Amino acid sequence: MSKRVIVIFPHPDDETFGAGGTIASLVEEGAHVTYWCGTLGEMGRNMGNPVFANRETLSIHRKRELEEAVSVLGIDVVHLGYRDKTIEFEPLEEMVTHLRTKLEEEKPDLVLTHYPGYAVHPDHDALGRAAVEAVKEMEEPPELWLHAISNDSEKDLGEPAIARDISNYWDTKWKAIRTHLSQADGMVDLLNREDQLERMKTERFYTGDQLR
Amino acid sequence: MEPIVKEEAQKEIDKFAGTPVYVHLETTNGAYASHFNAQAHNVGAFIRNANVTYEHGKIISTGGGYRVGLKLELGWVYAEGLTDYEVDEQNRLLMAGHDEQGRLMVALEISETPFAHEADYHE
Repeated sequence: MSKRVIVIFPHPDDETFGAGGTIASLVEEGAHVTYWCGTLGEMGRNMGNPVFANRETLSIHRKRELEEAVSVLGIDVVHLGYRDKTIEFEPLEEMVTHLRTKLEEEKPDLVLTHYPGYAVHPDHDALGRAAVEAVKEMEEPPELWLHAISNDSEKDLGEPAIARDISNYWDTKWKAIRTHLSQADGMVDLLNREDQLERMKTERFYTGDQLR
Repeated sequence: MEPIVKEEAQKEIDKFAGTPVYVHLETTNGAYASHFNAQAHNVGAFIRNANVTYEHGKIISTGGGYRVGLKLELGWVYAEGLTDYEVDEQNRLLMAGHDEQGRLMVALEISETPFAHEADYHE
């Protein structure tokens, strides 16, 4: 049976920027990957450049962009129905139960989410925390891969156990980045810097046993 | 959205005066401000669907942008840095201030009906 992978991040584009190459490589290895997207990124501040979205239409654009991105990556998407910027204020236990119930139905081999406390954006930390707790409560917990973003993550946590060279999947990741048109410009600027581009070609993840 | 035309925006603000309206007011410098610059501080605030009635409202040009103040019976609604506006198909007045990269810095929106509050999509 093919490997079952669930990716749990809060925003349309987290899957691509944070793990696009890894996702594409897992798909090529035969895995069935589903992105559980926490919110529609309704409160994002990037509105396209030049501006084409506004606060009230942004979610429509971002949902459509995500549909294109997951089609590029070859995966499915499920929306979890939380609202951008507010995840950390939801009762943690309710989110854990929500995620654990869904995970027990899906029985994934691997869950990919943010490393709680080291993922910079409050939504990343909050959904990552709920996902980690949900996995811990499972009788047969799947493997955990955790994406850390904060500048002090390696100082505090050491080197991530997993470093995937995604050079062979860079074209797919780039194509997926470009589908996130309302959000991509900031990232594309960053990629014009050669050192950042090289960094983006290796995707690193901590494993469940590196949680503290 | 289009660059604010002060007289036109003032007319739209006037239309909502004296009737109960829903307001979305927001400012942000992004969730990554202190990630990219250790000296920076993340700052943001929003209120969605504040139900208010304003006696009158006024838009003021600051040269580079606009300020809007709405006078309530017991207070004020205030936004600075607005640059763009539109009246959408639901007759809502949407105003926002964007930086040079098109990123939203401030928003003030006025509507006779509530803004979408729950997540827009449930599975």
